[in-house]
Amino acid sequence: MVKTTVPRDEYMMQGHVACQGCGATIAMRYVLKALGDNTIMTIPACCWAVIPGVWPQHSLKVPLLYTAFEVTGAALSGIEAALKAKGQDDEINVLGFAGDGGTADIGLQALSGMAERGTNALYVMYDNEAYMNTGIQRSGSTPFGAWTTTTPVGKKKEWKTEFKKSVAEIMVAHRIPYVATASIAFPEDLYAKVQKAKSIKGPKFIQIFSSCPTGWKHSPDITVEVARKAVLSHMFPLYEVENGVYKISQKPKPIPVKEYLKLQGRFRYLDEEAIEKIQEHVDREWELLLKKEEFTQSL
Amino acid sequence: MKLTLTGNQSNAWGVKLARVQVVAAYPITPQTTIVEELAEFAANGELDTQYIKVESEHSAMAAVIAAENTGVRTYTASSSHGLALMHEMLHWAAGARLPIVMGAVNRAMGPPWNIWADHTDTISQRDTGWMQFYVESNQEVLDTIIQAYKVAESKDVMLPAMAIEDAFILSHTVETVEIPDQELVDEFLPPYDPPEYLNPKDPKGFGSLVMPDFYMEFRYLMYKAQEAARKRIREVTKEYAEIFGRDYHGLVEEYRTEDADVVMVGAGTMISTARDVVDKLRSEGHKIGLVKLRVFRPFPYEEIQEIAKRVEVMGVMDRSFTHGYGGAMFNEVKAAVYNTDARPKMKNYLIGIGGRDVTAKMLEDTFRNALKVREHGLDEEIMWVDLKGGE
Repeated sequence: MVKTTVPRDEYMMQGHVACQGCGATIAMRYVLKALGDNTIMTIPACCWAVIPGVWPQHSLKVPLLYTAFEVTGAALSGIEAALKAKGQDDEINVLGFAGDGGTADIGLQALSGMAERGTNALYVMYDNEAYMNTGIQRSGSTPFGAWTTTTPVGKKKEWKTEFKKSVAEIMVAHRIPYVATASIAFPEDLYAKVQKAKSIKGPKFIQIFSSCPTGWKHSPDITVEVARKAVLSHMFPLYEVENGVYKISQKPKPIPVKEYLKLQGRFRYLDEEAIEKIQEHVDREWELLLKKEEFTQSL
Repeated sequence: MKLTLTGNQSNAWGVKLARVQVVAAYPITPQTTIVEELAEFAANGELDTQYIKVESEHSAMAAVIAAENTGVRTYTASSSHGLALMHEMLHWAAGARLPIVMGAVNRAMGPPWNIWADHTDTISQRDTGWMQFYVESNQEVLDTIIQAYKVAESKDVMLPAMAIEDAFILSHTVETVEIPDQELVDEFLPPYDPPEYLNPKDPKGFGSLVMPDFYMEFRYLMYKAQEAARKRIREVTKEYAEIFGRDYHGLVEEYRTEDADVVMVGAGTMISTARDVVDKLRSEGHKIGLVKLRVFRPFPYEEIQEIAKRVEVMGVMDRSFTHGYGGAMFNEVKAAVYNTDARPKMKNYLIGIGGRDVTAKMLEDTFRNALKVREHGLDEEIMWVDLKGGE
């Protein structure tokens, strides 16, 4: 039997209503394993607003406040303030779990507010790179070249023509104590990062790459493979920024981005020129990340 | 203890006396001085509260919703565009059955920009499920905040409430205010004890997806709660009067209506001036009275129906306009009477919109117009009072 650092305790039960092969359920499962059940969670409009089940069913072992699309950050501040008022803020973990649309776009203001206010809570952005719950519309976190229902390619090849917004870097700019990226394909790394976040007081932000077979048009049995190749190709580097100091979690010898792209139907329209553009962008971003790591070591 | 306070300071004193545990606030004129005062109270240790400085009114409401769901008493305040920005979360607070109390300082909506008294901002929130108290004096601001928590937190109500004061006329104007003893307030308003809250020892989902097979029942329960609130407001106002000696007469206060043929219905600060105008017209022998619509949600239809039976003319003064027809208060008063045998003539007076000063002269002209309706019948249903250039 393979030994793992991830405990066997489960806080996400059977009976949830996610799609087959949903990466966001894997993200939730490991985040809760790391935080434990002494946690209060809030979830805005996103896939996870539906996944726990229809009233009166509830498939999570933590109390959950559903809230509106754009307010995760504000809700975290509200829960934290109430726990402080009750003298329980040191005992109970406060967790926000929001999709990329609710974080990178409509919820960015409240997230920024929560970070600036110094709210003691962990904000997890599970990144499936589009508005998946409403049916695969592009978000600010959708990568260049992706087909979505609002970037439908067509005869004019109008796939998403802008590169992915880096919310992690936006959060680094807030000078909060802990920012990290993680992936469902690297559960031990993900688990360790959530554990670290749990031990730090103040605002914490973790962006978890969560592949989506329904929206990305890949088979549900390769969800983890897709996520792994995103890391191996440097499309989604894993790193953490603790008090401004960058540390890259893995420095794999990169595979070509094409190896990652070709697994997914959302990229099937791309021509060689577009793939080359993505490769150049990824290489440049990786170099920038290496430099940030180097330049922040002395801090 | 008596203090000279602005309406907004009085509002903050009500919050302090209610021992609010979490405040989330964002500045907007003319509300700002409420949350400034609360910040002072918190900074001086006079109020033991967690004060969240949010980055918008939308987040203010979202934060107090989350805090209230975690099991504590909360407060926020807003006006006009801030209230409009909160609109989504106002629905959320009521739908989640959270007894949040908010200070709403009435201000006109732009464009054109205008920061003065106008009820359009709160009238626009009529359908959110919030209770609405329109107050007349700085004393009533304080007393209503305390009463509103008591009504809102009643187990058969569990709905949010707005204590609504007119911009500048109350918010920035000083009056003498009697400050109730903290001990008496504590007795009247015990600590918030929610039946359910976010608790890791008893994990539940709050606000999850409900299919069409049950959503309607959730709304029916809110309907029942508003009905229960109507009764609770009467009881709580009476209890408050017995303890603190100030009676606001439940949902509706009548002034010299006992033998009146004509009554004027209104809300907010115009009522104080209107009392004097009624006295003047009474001294001339006119049988005219005044109805203060203190509570607009739940709507006091029983009180209105009872008054309608006794009078020939009801003039309803709206300090807002519901585009497309008359004022909201007019339309609701009229609707409340329709299924009764009473058939008073009803006329709508749009008055004081955008902070136009509602003077005694203006009210006297309006009241005399209503007296004419009694003599000559209804000429027009909707009249804009003091409109420049006339029609």
